[in-house]
Amino acid sequence: MKIGVVVFPGSNCDHDCQYVFTDLLRQHVEMIWHKETSLAGLDAVVLPGGFSYGDYLRTGAIARFSPVMGAVKAFANKGGLVIGICNGFQILLEAGLLPGVMLRNTSLNFICKDVYVKVENAATRFTNRCASGQVLKIPIAHADGNYYTDPVTLGGIKANAQVIFRYCTADGKSTPETNPNGSLDNIAGIMNADGNVLGMMPHPERSAESILGNEDGRLIFLSMLTSFGASELQSKLVGV
Amino acid sequence: MKAKIHVTLKQGILDPQGKAIEHALDSLGFKNAANVRVGKYMEVDVNETDTAKAAEQVKQMCEKLLANTVIEDYRYELQ
Repeated sequence: MKIGVVVFPGSNCDHDCQYVFTDLLRQHVEMIWHKETSLAGLDAVVLPGGFSYGDYLRTGAIARFSPVMGAVKAFANKGGLVIGICNGFQILLEAGLLPGVMLRNTSLNFICKDVYVKVENAATRFTNRCASGQVLKIPIAHADGNYYTDPVTLGGIKANAQVIFRYCTADGKSTPETNPNGSLDNIAGIMNADGNVLGMMPHPERSAESILGNEDGRLIFLSMLTSFGASELQSKLVGV
Repeated sequence: MKAKIHVTLKQGILDPQGKAIEHALDSLGFKNAANVRVGKYMEVDVNETDTAKAAEQVKQMCEKLLANTVIEDYRYELQ
């Protein structure tokens, strides 16, 4: 599988994502500078976490006009697999590839800690290696993760099973206490209607190998591989 | 022409910063202060002498970039 990791000025999780796909999962990765305008030959695109353009104006608001975003939109509209993590999620929202916006966390704090999220829909190209209702421990690190959208849109994404992750307790209960940032309906991750674009605030690349004490996040990347019929074992000789 | 642009959260959208400031004002003894809302103020020089054309450009700027109209309203004046 060939994955493009987009690098915006201010991205800081790009190399973590590259490391997961190359060193851990033995896939081919191309780093895509934000001035690029072609994504030819790629199977999937990662918009990584970070502080693109210093989070100026609004998180993701300026990155969405980077030259590469035209190509990302075209790639997504043709059914290409796109995952946005944290700032990548914020960029997908600003770009209109996912519905809604991010508000400042209700606590006003930048929150960096492990949280539990429940897999609400395991029949997706990003979660097929998880069980439905499985609880994953994945860290968050953000100041603007308070997901908001209008009631009609919210009703639509819920009815359409596009809410993929919700903040919850270790045993999978979504409660106000487990909501770290004020996010509507405890939403931690959503998908587009076509099922090929996912945005999530937790950082799976930071919990993808046991040496880090937790490899729950790896399931997301493995699911993407599975959706392409690739596996981390079969593809040891690919690329890198 | 200079555009003076205000971007503010729509009514009903939670404003955590405004709330925090409101509490701080309360602590300082400003008991009459309520409904604090935080917004952004921007100035943009628009190289255009026709007010209608400048206004149209500023509107486009607001719609495309300066405000996220899902949660924010904008208003501007031209001088």
